[in-house]
Amino acid sequence: MNTSEATQFGFLDEFAKKEIRRTVLKAIAIPGYQVPYSSREMPMGRGFGTGGLQLTLSIIGRGQTLKVIDQGSDDSVNAVNLRGFIESVCPSVNTTTNTADADLIQSRHRIPELALTENQVLVLQVPYPDPLVIVEPSEEKRKIMHGEADYSRLLVKLYEDIVHFDEVTISHRYPTCINGHYVIDPSPIPRYDVPKLDQSKALVLLGAGREKKIYAVPPFTDATPLVFDDQPFHIENFIDQDGQRRACQQCGSTESFLDEYMDAETQTLVFQCSDTDYCTRYLSSRNNGALHSNTELDNSAEAVELAND
Amino acid sequence: MSYVAIKGGGTAISGAEAVLEFLRCREGDEGESVSVNAIEHQLRFLQSRVISEGGVYHPKLASLAIKQSLGDTLEAAFALRAYRSTKPRLLESPTHSGGELRLIRRISASFKDIIGGQMLGPSTDYSLRMMRMELLNESPEQFKQVAKDWLQSMPESDLPDTFPKVLDALRAEGLLPDVTSERDGVPFDITREPLVFPVPRSAALSTMARAETGSMLGIAYSNMRGYGDIHPTVAELRVGYLPVMLPHPITGELTEVGEILMTECEIVAMFEASEEGHKPTFKLGYGACFGHNEVKAISMAILDRSLQVGMEHGPSNPSEDPEFVLLHIDGVDSMGFCSHYKMPHYVTFQSDMDRLRSTRKGPTKMSTSNVGASK
Repeated sequence: MNTSEATQFGFLDEFAKKEIRRTVLKAIAIPGYQVPYSSREMPMGRGFGTGGLQLTLSIIGRGQTLKVIDQGSDDSVNAVNLRGFIESVCPSVNTTTNTADADLIQSRHRIPELALTENQVLVLQVPYPDPLVIVEPSEEKRKIMHGEADYSRLLVKLYEDIVHFDEVTISHRYPTCINGHYVIDPSPIPRYDVPKLDQSKALVLLGAGREKKIYAVPPFTDATPLVFDDQPFHIENFIDQDGQRRACQQCGSTESFLDEYMDAETQTLVFQCSDTDYCTRYLSSRNNGALHSNTELDNSAEAVELAND
Repeated sequence: MSYVAIKGGGTAISGAEAVLEFLRCREGDEGESVSVNAIEHQLRFLQSRVISEGGVYHPKLASLAIKQSLGDTLEAAFALRAYRSTKPRLLESPTHSGGELRLIRRISASFKDIIGGQMLGPSTDYSLRMMRMELLNESPEQFKQVAKDWLQSMPESDLPDTFPKVLDALRAEGLLPDVTSERDGVPFDITREPLVFPVPRSAALSTMARAETGSMLGIAYSNMRGYGDIHPTVAELRVGYLPVMLPHPITGELTEVGEILMTECEIVAMFEASEEGHKPTFKLGYGACFGHNEVKAISMAILDRSLQVGMEHGPSNPSEDPEFVLLHIDGVDSMGFCSHYKMPHYVTFQSDMDRLRSTRKGPTKMSTSNVGASK
């Protein structure tokens, strides 16, 4: 065996990529259905985005532009690591931090603030593909429940939450019904991002490498968080004691998902955009006084409006 | 701007790699790089473990994986698996009975006298685990002398290369179930198909063959201790070299292309009353894996038996539940997911805090200004 050969474009052997592309087609054809696939081992840990990575490597083509984010940031350790690996095994693929420039965006835990378009694909990394796992440990049984669209035990769990706490306590990975049948785990995106899936212009592919499943929210498809008629869906609350929407301390936006942390110097709680690309662009366009002429930001404002709808 | 927590990833990663590389080489002038040959031979069981959990028989790369992972078995097996992902599957070898194994060791716990005899071979089973202080300062001369002396003192051997299997005798007596025709079916390839339950036995066996040794031992041990009742007897445990046969690219004739070191174990469990009209028989469990890994092969044979019980009658304890066993014994999956908790979870934790703060407020209704889309 030759031990010094270079790896081929996209790292995976061609059979593996072909299998993943076929799996993707099936996933799009049956919105929200978790399609099993064999899932190769990648040179990074299971749980670090190997499902998303296999999707990206299988569908990205030469000359296309890729953005990789983790927790909304292009510069977090894992995003840097994934991007570096993809660059090394996919020569001729360009990378960007600009959401609008990307053909394909691989993300962990966030959907970008800027609304995506028909020409973009969003790949989400998934640790737990099955929303029923919180009520049923056996996959064999869960498969039957999905087939029958039997989500009664999940609804009971939501109901019990309301009885105990007066509201649903699921913070992220909020169960979301796709196209009126399959309920998916939308990956650990915050509830804030769930409405962005509904009638999304971009194709959303979700890949769980360790659990060996791929599923999709196709473009212009209904995505409805599981709720009761009299118990509306709540996104994360960024309202301060005075009833004001908190602003990003860096760019001043009051329309983005915020990370909070303790400022080491002032010992106060500060809030900052989790989407670093959005934050940078919002800040520079505000400094240029060109906030409203910037089409990208018009788009993102629209996205936020949708989220706050 | 104190956003350092998740910024500067690139420099941090290469810095972390550099300091680990420094640790590997920190002996400096005093040190000597360990050769992959030394790993293959002097760390035989470590190498066996990695080659088996890595799931690709490549002794040299397994040794390299051990070297570059500083001896971490999970990491080394992981590197080997990732290498495997770049390789297509070109051919399939025919199934074999294990009878062709060129043995270096075979023992049976069920019969004192087995046809061909017991062959203890290389083993520490009956050694006293005392510290061998003389190895602390083993000189190169002493080291080289050992093999020389051993080879000189060995008489010419007239032992055959292969031996009949112990179970054949029991089977001839009708005490074992007949070999079913399952082996004629196409074996399940876990590297090309996901496990969708219920899975065939061949899928379970190949999942276990490359599973993490400790995970499998843990679940098998639970059965031995009482969460289950397999009560196994080791009918035969064999270690040896298995010839790999592949069709010749031109003639199509089966040709030996090499051999692989394997460990194989067959256990016999207490008999079960069978269907009406059939006499009760012993039940079998089978384990086999790359390399010299006896504890792994025995654990696998026990779990094969317990899983068959579970598949037939429904699981009544964890070791009989195929989903529980097969989805939790893979080292690459489990260690990867365990490690991933070290990654940032800022967004989800932010979301958790939101829910906790909100529910601590008690049953007062929230303002509607932050109510999201609902349908």
